[in-house]
Formats: sequence, structure tokens, C-alpha cells
Amino acid sequence: MTHEQVEQVKNNPKYQELVSKRSRFAWTLSIIMLVIYYLFIMLIAFEPEFLGMKTGDGVMTIGIPIGIAIIVIAFALTGIYVRRANGEFDRLSQQIKDELR
Amino acid sequence: MNRILWMALLLSAGLFAAGALEGEVEKQPLNVSAIIMFLLFVGGTLGITYWAAKRIKTAKDFYTAGGGITGFQNGMAIAGDYMSAASFLGISGLVYLAGFDGLIYSIGFLVGWPIILFLVSERLRNLGKYTFADVAAYRLKQTPIRTLAAFGSIATVILYLIAQMVGSGKLIQLLFGLPYEYAVVLVGALMILYVTFGGMLATTWVQIIKAILLLSGATFMAIAVLSHFGFSPEALFAKAVEVHEKGEAIMAPGGLVSDPISAISLGIALMFGTAGLPHILMRFFTVADAKEARKSVFFATGFIGYFYILTFIIGFGAIVMVLNNPQYLDLAKQAIEGGSPIIGGKNMAAIHLSHAVGGNFFLGFISAVAFATILAVVSGLTLAGASAISHDLYANVFNKEATEAQEMRISKIATIVLGIVAIILGIAFEKQNIAFVVGLAFAIAASANFPVLFLSMFWKKLTTRGATIGGSLGLATAVVLVVLGPIVWVDILGNAEAVFPYKYPALFSVTVAFVAIWFFSVTDKSQTAKEEIEAFEAQDIRSQTGIGAEGASAH
Repeated sequence: MTHEQVEQVKNNPKYQELVSKRSRFAWTLSIIMLVIYYLFIMLIAFEPEFLGMKTGDGVMTIGIPIGIAIIVIAFALTGIYVRRANGEFDRLSQQIKDELR
Repeated sequence: MNRILWMALLLSAGLFAAGALEGEVEKQPLNVSAIIMFLLFVGGTLGITYWAAKRIKTAKDFYTAGGGITGFQNGMAIAGDYMSAASFLGISGLVYLAGFDGLIYSIGFLVGWPIILFLVSERLRNLGKYTFADVAAYRLKQTPIRTLAAFGSIATVILYLIAQMVGSGKLIQLLFGLPYEYAVVLVGALMILYVTFGGMLATTWVQIIKAILLLSGATFMAIAVLSHFGFSPEALFAKAVEVHEKGEAIMAPGGLVSDPISAISLGIALMFGTAGLPHILMRFFTVADAKEARKSVFFATGFIGYFYILTFIIGFGAIVMVLNNPQYLDLAKQAIEGGSPIIGGKNMAAIHLSHAVGGNFFLGFISAVAFATILAVVSGLTLAGASAISHDLYANVFNKEATEAQEMRISKIATIVLGIVAIILGIAFEKQNIAFVVGLAFAIAASANFPVLFLSMFWKKLTTRGATIGGSLGLATAVVLVVLGPIVWVDILGNAEAVFPYKYPALFSVTVAFVAIWFFSVTDKSQTAKEEIEAFEAQDIRSQTGIGAEGASAH
């Protein structure tokens, strides 16, 4: 990429829009994942009794649905990201590329 | 080439025939269905290797299957790469032993994937060509960065290979009654064939087939277990609590991850380690563009998450159907130690369960799948290790004038050498305690590979000096702390007390790496540092938009 091209892309408002929207989205989702995971780890380290609480009259504890839910949430978050990135963000990238030609 | 493949097929069949004869001597029941299914897998995958070998013409074909794998296929292959026999047998064994604690590991192994998607995968695809070092060295000096990345890669690959090789030897010994060395040599020989002749294309399909087999086998087992309890998880758990010696404790976190430092450190190792494994990162270059790279992670996360839920059910199924079943108990061991030890140790819980739910035929299927799993994982590892040697060290450090043909030749030689090294180490480590090996591989990936790769993409002020010193310090800290920690210092070297009290060093070694990279970068006032910082802008535009990124081959 030449120096002029770098300047052109950098000053393209669509590029700035893409970068700011995507980094906000990607970091937000990352932080959601990290917070969920480390809350879980902290519960294990400091409050293991909480995860061992019974949900009803049987043996089922709250830890098991929480654990399974974290797995499902991780997958759901990837779905949310891919949906927006492969649509909105890729359209913006394509427009930036087209304007460069 | 055709003849060589046929010879290999005959050779492997011959090995099994020999094993069958010795099987009686070893007093192991000969499992005919396991051997037939395994031979079908080997025959099929060698056929794919033959097909792939005819399509590999360029270095790009060899390293990345020409970049034409779809997101769905790659997601399946990533899952195939990641769901090792260690996670299948190890995690179900852990659930069998400790219940809920197994789930903690599964979650740790999974949550790295969304982070890889959000922050790493598309930038990696937009910047790189064959290896993650392409990205780390994009605007920095080639020689030091490539050397460091190659070291990190080769160390990770070899440690991981040792674990897989020892696992395969023990598994085969137990399942097929073959001598340990035969199994290790067989795995090494097959992996050399897949990778040297079939490159990434054959490796990818071996992984896809293995992922399908493993997921279907595990699904069948989980359904069989649940159907036994009228598809009521509560009934399954209630029965497990009733028969397990720990009782209700298996439904809550136990002593496995006790203190907060260990818990956080393990979390960091699993999360950042996944994002620094060379054989996983390499898979992102096999797809056409960033769009397909993202889809790969979406499918991979789905398959891996589903698989971990299955292993949880399988572990509980084993508690109910294997524990206390005299058929699976190691009576000799029970006479000495008491309790209810199962034949082959806790890692065989899933294997015994397959017999309990599906008889000899299904036991054979699961045994063959477990072995196929090892083959697929070692192939991916070897390809990543060979690429680090041929692409990073040879073509970008030692012989920058190298032609593509020379580079390919070196990659094939490197594959054969790595295969032989893996066989030798596999045999050497037979009687060793290898519990620390995979942990160390993850620690190195998290402390050397990941910080350099991550900061090269995200931090403008990163310089060659910072990356080289910081990455090396991270690597050294990880190795030293593992050696001084409880597993090596106390359990293996026999010292009374560990110098470093924690099993997982990642919290400390990753911090050392990041701080050192930061410090030695910001204090770097050289002219090259200035140029490297200026080059960030162009790199960032390419990583954000894909302008100038590698495309897929036309054929």
C-alpha cells in the first residue's frame, strides 16, 4: 500500500466509522465473556457453596445449569459477532475498498 | 508415490497382524471390530492423502490447502484439532472422578474461542500468509521475531506431541494389546505420511473425518446414557450421587481448583494459551478471507461446546454404569488399594462406558475413534512445527533467497525429522510422569506466542526490541516456574517442597511478558523503532479492511 493510499483510507469517514464501531463491539463482547468467565472462577475460588446450592428437592445444584449456560453463552456471543461483522462491517470494508480504486 | 502409500498401508496392516498374534501373549482380549474400524480409518485417510498429494503444487497448497477451505469445513477441522484424546478421555475421566470439577476445565478450554474471534481471527487472516509469525513479524525485524516465534512454536508443538504420543502408546497397549513401541511408531509413521504427502489438505480432511466420528460417537453415548434414565438429567445425577463415594460433593466445585491464584492462573493459561497455539492459529490461513475465518470460529465454538457438554454427560454416565461394575474393575489393584479402581485408570472411563452402552462393537468403534483422534491432532501439530522450521526459520532467517521448491523440500524434511523426534520422545517418556507437559505447552503459548502476536496487532508502539526481550522473558519464566512448581519439583524430582507454590504459572509469566514488552518498547529510541512505529498505520489498515490480504488459489 502506498503512502497516498494509507492517507486516503485513513481520512475516509467510512473507515473511521468501521474502526470505531467494530472495536467498540468487539471489546464489549470480549469484556462480557471475560466478566462472565472470571465471575464463575471467582465463585469457585471464594464461594464454592453458592454453586453447590440445590435448585429443588432433588440433587441438582445451581452450578450445573450455570456451567452449561456459560458454554451456550460463549457460542451465542460468537454468533452475534459473526452476524454483524459478516453483514454491516464487511459492507463498510467493501465500500472502502471500492472507493480506493 | 502411490506405491509408497500402499506399502505403508500394508505395513500398518502387518503391524496389526503381528499385534494380533502377540495379543494372546499379552493376555489382552483381541478386539476384532476395533481393528477393522481402525484399518478402515487408516485406509480411508491414506486414500485422502493420495488424492491430496496430486493437488499439492505450491507452498501455499502445502501450508494452507490453497486457502480454499470453507468456514464450515474449517470450523469442523479446528474442532478436530482441538478435541484431543486428552480432552475426550481426560475430561470425561475427571468428571467420573470428581463430577462438577470436570466442567470447570471444559469451560476454561472453551471461553478462549469467543475472544479469539472478537480480537484475533480476522486480523490474523488479513495480515498473515502461512504462520502466525508472518503477522508478528509484519512490521518488525524478520530475524529476531521469526526466531522467537519459531522457538515458541516448536516448543509448544514438541511438548504437545510428547503428550499425544505417550497417550497413544498407552491407549493402544490397553485397547488392542499391541506393545507400546509399536503404537508410537505406527502413529509417527502415519503422521509423517499424511503431512509430507498430503500437507494441509490431507491434514484438514483427516481432522474433519475425525471430528465427525468423535462427535457422533460421543452423541450416541450421551443419548444412550440419558435414555437409560428416561432423558431426565435429575434421575441421572441422583443415581450418580447415590453410587459415587463422594456423594453430593460431585454436584459442586471440589478441591481441584482451590485457591484464587491457581484458579485465575489456570483461567489465563487456558484462555490465552488457546490463542497462542501455532497449530490452531495456522488454521485461519486455510480459508479464503476474514468472513470465512469468522465463520470458522463460530462453527468451531459450537462443535467444541457441544462436545464438552457431551463429555460431562459421559462422565456421569460412567459413574452410574462403570463404577462398581465388577466387569470393569481392576481387581488386582482393588485387592491392594481398596476402593473401586477401573482397568486402565480413570482416563478409561469413557472407553468402558462405550462397552457398557454398546457392547464390543461400539467399544471397538470408540477405541478406533480415540486412536484416530490422536492421529489427527499429531498431524496438525507436526504441520505447524514443520512450517515454523521451513517457513519461519529456513526461508526467512537462514536462507532469505530460498525458492519455493527449496522451502517445500525443507518442510518435508522437517516433517520427517519431527516425526522421528516424536517417536523417540514418545518412547523415552513412556514411564515418565507427563502431567506437566500439556500445562507447560499452554503456558508457553500464553506467555511467549500470544503477547507478541496480540501486541503486534493492537499496540502501535511495539518495537522489535520490546517483542524479542519480552517474549523471551515470558517463555523463560513459564519454563522456570513449571520446573520449580509442585508437579516437576516435588512430584518428579522428589524435593520436599516446591520453590514456586502454584501449579499454573501463567498469571506470573504472562504478566512478565506484557510488562517487559511494554518497558523495552517504550524505552527503545532507535531509528528502526521509529520506522516500526510509523509502519503500524499501513498494517492496521490492512488488518482492519483486508486490503492487500492473501487471497485463495485459483485452482
